[in-house]
Amino acid sequence: MISIYARRRAANFTIMTLSLAATATGLLVLFLILWSLLRHGLPAFSANFFAMNTPAPGNAGGLLNAIYGSLVMTVVATLVGTPVGVLAGTFLAEFARGSRLAYAVRFINDILLSAPSIVIGLFVYGVMVVRMGHFSGWAGAAALAIIFVPVVVRTSENMLTLVPASLREAAVALGTPQWKVIVMVVYRAAMQGMLTGVMLAIARVAGETAPLLFTAFGNNFWSANMNAPMANLPVVIFQFALSPYADWQLLAWGGALLITLAILALNIVARMVANWSSFGK
Amino acid sequence: MHGPPATAVGLAPHVLRRQRLGDTVFRGLTQAFAIGVLVLLGGVLVALAMGAMPAFRKFGLHFLVSEAWNPVRDNFGALPAIYGTVLTALLAMLIAVPVAFGIAIFLTELCPPMLRRPIGVMIELLAAIPSIIFGVWGLLVVAPVLQTTLQPFLIDTLGDIPIIGALFQGPPYGLGMLTAGLILAVMVLPFIAAVTRDVFMTVPAMLRESAYGMGATTAEVVRSIVIPHSRVGIVGGVMLGLGRALGETMAVTFVIGNAHHISASLMAPGTTISATLANEFTEAVSDTYTSSLIALGLILFVITFIVLAIANFMLWRLSAKDGA
Repeated sequence: MISIYARRRAANFTIMTLSLAATATGLLVLFLILWSLLRHGLPAFSANFFAMNTPAPGNAGGLLNAIYGSLVMTVVATLVGTPVGVLAGTFLAEFARGSRLAYAVRFINDILLSAPSIVIGLFVYGVMVVRMGHFSGWAGAAALAIIFVPVVVRTSENMLTLVPASLREAAVALGTPQWKVIVMVVYRAAMQGMLTGVMLAIARVAGETAPLLFTAFGNNFWSANMNAPMANLPVVIFQFALSPYADWQLLAWGGALLITLAILALNIVARMVANWSSFGK
Repeated sequence: MHGPPATAVGLAPHVLRRQRLGDTVFRGLTQAFAIGVLVLLGGVLVALAMGAMPAFRKFGLHFLVSEAWNPVRDNFGALPAIYGTVLTALLAMLIAVPVAFGIAIFLTELCPPMLRRPIGVMIELLAAIPSIIFGVWGLLVVAPVLQTTLQPFLIDTLGDIPIIGALFQGPPYGLGMLTAGLILAVMVLPFIAAVTRDVFMTVPAMLRESAYGMGATTAEVVRSIVIPHSRVGIVGGVMLGLGRALGETMAVTFVIGNAHHISASLMAPGTTISATLANEFTEAVSDTYTSSLIALGLILFVITFIVLAIANFMLWRLSAKDGA
């Protein structure tokens, strides 16, 4: 009997140790990546980094045009993607609960959520870049918006579903039309949760590289023209990190650190916002 | 809640009409955008199929099994890219799934409640880091280390064994299938861990407590209660990770080595569908070249669609069971 007991204890100890080691590995990787980014990326942060455009190898330069391009395209994607995603999510949660159409939309949306982003780039290339005849900031923003929408559909549907029915019933009992109930009561109740969703979506698209390669393409010069190829951080990082030039690699590390800090900050703030929400838990 | 609101309040008819109109418009608007999601997926499929048509017309189904990749002669085949995509994804799953399980077991069974949330959030943050960061890190930090440590070790110890030795032969490039699989594993790890943790959480506390009450150890509870109860969800989570691994672009592009041929060795450079697209699409000069690349994209989309559809179906079945 003792030996069976000892064997079971030993097996338990082994499995628990392994699971502890697995968790330690996961956390270690996170810290290794952050450490690499800080070690290689911090030296790149200088006045030039934020004030000058991408240089030719060997010249002084920074990532101003790329930072600007990324910001603008992300903002456009957010402005387009948020209303589209929220309205589609509203349909799923408010009008079509349990209907076949809702199941189909939810199913397809979940697939788009994890679909390879480079394929979205190919799609936008086919329908926008080929028609326009050139790469452009608009095409890049469109590709980002397409990746943005499924995230917002998913979170806004979830958050709207969490709003208690009694709130809606109280408003309806006052004779409020349904659209007003949704816009003025349900949206307000779910606001923080939906805001979290939008912030997570921004964090998701801010680092997307693959869909920008053949839509926004990249631009080594300052350009605020959305109708022309547009510089952006991820593509610059891609191009510079693979180059043999030490100064370009340094800028790539700097850009990588900048993007990662921004995305991690967005994620952390989004979680804090979710925690203030009364329904977001 | 469904249908028009009560009319008993005694509103003037024109006000009521206006409000009904508002309802119809708002409902129609939300429905249009919801259907837009369906149209988007259809549009992606149609656009890719149209773009891929010239390549399939020229090469036929032979495209799927041809190893050729010759831009000068305009002769292309998808096999090396498909092979690389599937192999790197499977390698990634082989490494990531056990570790993700460990993390999920730790978070649900072992972790002090106070640390559960911070550790969970840190794992989720790992998932939030964009793939290009993993690519840069893999290329400039991990690959040189692997080249001087893990790869020579594997070649020396396993390279001479018959049959499986072929997997570990050749010079240690640093870049290649193995490195790509490893970086991919790190990328999909947090996704699988998070889904598995959530699935483990759905096991009713009563079942767990009953098993503990019978004197089961934690490992026995996990093996005999938690895993059987959440089998469907686990498969769903693993498939979700597989879908991500198959379609992942930037992290792989940096470290795969970009070689359009199939090598037996895991140390050798190869390519994947997404890496080929990222590297070559903007440089494709001929129409056949461009069309062949779009055909690769279509193949990738179809493969990931099937995997993700199965994953979502599995996870839904679990949540449906939960609600009942």
